[in-house]
Amino acid sequence: MAETHSLQDLRQAAVASKVFVQRDYSSGTICKFQTKFPAELESRIDKQQFEETVQTLNNLYAEAEKLGGRSYLEGCLACLTAYTIFLCMETHYEKVLKKIAKYIQEQNEKIYAPLGLLLTDPIERGLRVVSFLHHAGLSVPW
Amino acid sequence: MHLGVEEPIRECQYNQICTHNSSPMDTPHTKKKKIKRKWQVFQGRNKFYCNGRIMMAKQTGVFYLTMVLILVTSGLFFAFDCPFLASNLTPAIPAIGGVLFIFVMGMLLRASFTDPGVLPRATPEEAADIERQIDTTNGPSGPGYRPPPRTREVLINGQTVKLKYCFTCKIFRPPRASHCSLCDNCVERFDHHCPWVGNCVGRRNYRFFYLFILSLSFLTIFIFAFVITHVILRSNRTGLLSALKDSPASVLEVVVCFFSVWSIVGLSGFHTYLISSNQTTNEDIKGSWSSKRGKGNYNPYSYGNFITNFCAALCGPLPPSLIDRRGFVQPDTPQPAAQTNGSGACPSNQVQSHMAATNPLLHSQTVILGGGAPLQAKTSLGGPCSTLGPSQPSLPSSIPGLSCGGELMALRDSEIHCHHHLHHQHFISPEETPSPPAALPCATHLGHHVHPAQLFDPASQDSLHEDSVRGLVKLSSV
Repeated sequence: MAETHSLQDLRQAAVASKVFVQRDYSSGTICKFQTKFPAELESRIDKQQFEETVQTLNNLYAEAEKLGGRSYLEGCLACLTAYTIFLCMETHYEKVLKKIAKYIQEQNEKIYAPLGLLLTDPIERGLRVVSFLHHAGLSVPW
Repeated sequence: MHLGVEEPIRECQYNQICTHNSSPMDTPHTKKKKIKRKWQVFQGRNKFYCNGRIMMAKQTGVFYLTMVLILVTSGLFFAFDCPFLASNLTPAIPAIGGVLFIFVMGMLLRASFTDPGVLPRATPEEAADIERQIDTTNGPSGPGYRPPPRTREVLINGQTVKLKYCFTCKIFRPPRASHCSLCDNCVERFDHHCPWVGNCVGRRNYRFFYLFILSLSFLTIFIFAFVITHVILRSNRTGLLSALKDSPASVLEVVVCFFSVWSIVGLSGFHTYLISSNQTTNEDIKGSWSSKRGKGNYNPYSYGNFITNFCAALCGPLPPSLIDRRGFVQPDTPQPAAQTNGSGACPSNQVQSHMAATNPLLHSQTVILGGGAPLQAKTSLGGPCSTLGPSQPSLPSSIPGLSCGGELMALRDSEIHCHHHLHHQHFISPEETPSPPAALPCATHLGHHVHPAQLFDPASQDSLHEDSVRGLVKLSSV
């Protein structure tokens, strides 16, 4: 198959290979991603590593959406100030999103970049998917 | 994204607000020609103001009516009734009235201008990935092709919930999300589309909507009660007729308030019930969690007691907007494919008719862009493309090409739609020609960094044409 493709095809095939990890709605509408190990990554990364990354992300999102004293306080305070307080400070959710972005960057630097993978931040995909982008230059993937 | 309540509500002209809210990045006009903000290429039927900070539905006429009614009635109250009441009863009355009025206006503006929780459409790769998953789960298509069922079932808290596939947004809708046909967007926790507020009511602005109708009920009752008090007190002194003559505005206020009270208080009551049971208007109307549907049918999202439901709805964390309105369109990120089909018609027919419609356009476009080169490319692809044939597109190396081909077709379509939207939305400044932004990403997605000015690069035309041919092949195999 590979021999009939032109050089352009190979290049675009390598750059564009993405693996998507979809949302897991079994706990309701909270943001949670499936920890099922996708088949396409089998040769690329360790299953344990993958599960750990996704589980940490899930925990972080759960923290962002947690209902508790802190979020209620923030909500009430915001309501009382007619939501103008958010001109000065960030919402809790936004703070956690920043934490998540930092975590993803760390993971990319330490673990995924050496393997030729790039983990994208789900917020850039509307919290629909976590995608692993594989760029391996001109090699034909798997 | 975060608005102060003092924002001017009149329909802002794009240029006017630009200077008011200008940031260092906005001022150079030449830069704006090349780099667009994401709201300018947004696929839904929404209107944006203040350079993407404000987001509303397309039809905003009724919203202005709401504003006028509230402003006029409150204005008349403060002008004609309050002086009498302040001097004869207590100045606390106009003070409380003032606070209520400001709160009502604040909540109304917040509900109208906030992104209700629109889900961004799937990028072409995601859409292709989902298509592939659906195809593999349904097996190879035999003769008499039937569209695969586009639903997934999920068990949430013991209840089976069906997730539907949205053909417009190309995603499996999360639970409680729904596609608003007026705005042409999928909205999270979709409650309803409110014309009075000029926007959808969804996850991100439901609390503002609820607080708006609640505070408006109080304001209406407040004005109604005190106008009646005013008239009664005056008529005690001078008789009813002369009291009405002295303060004619009171009659108008009473009439408006009387008719509003029933609907608004009723609506507040209804939404109080919905919040306490953690349902959306959509779910309630469909009777999704009604016990009449069957024994053991309950709402899996409810927290159990109404207090927690209330707190979660009103004081829970406010998620940020998922559509990055004010971000810049990156030249190398693929834009979501937009196939705006209003009805949920049979998908394969819809897709094929769309493709058929865009085919002539595509061919004419490639002729314009390309030269002699595309013809050569076509013949050389005859070999490999025929091998793809009717087999399922599970060959990994060919998928990105196929998806690009497929997405190119869709993107051409979206280009047309983009023009449509751009014409409808008034914010485009005259000097900006509606360049095809959606067509760019496919070319760049292939690794060529195509800029609008560089669209006529021969190398990218080749790849564009190759992909378009592949896309045609995929469809013909289907």
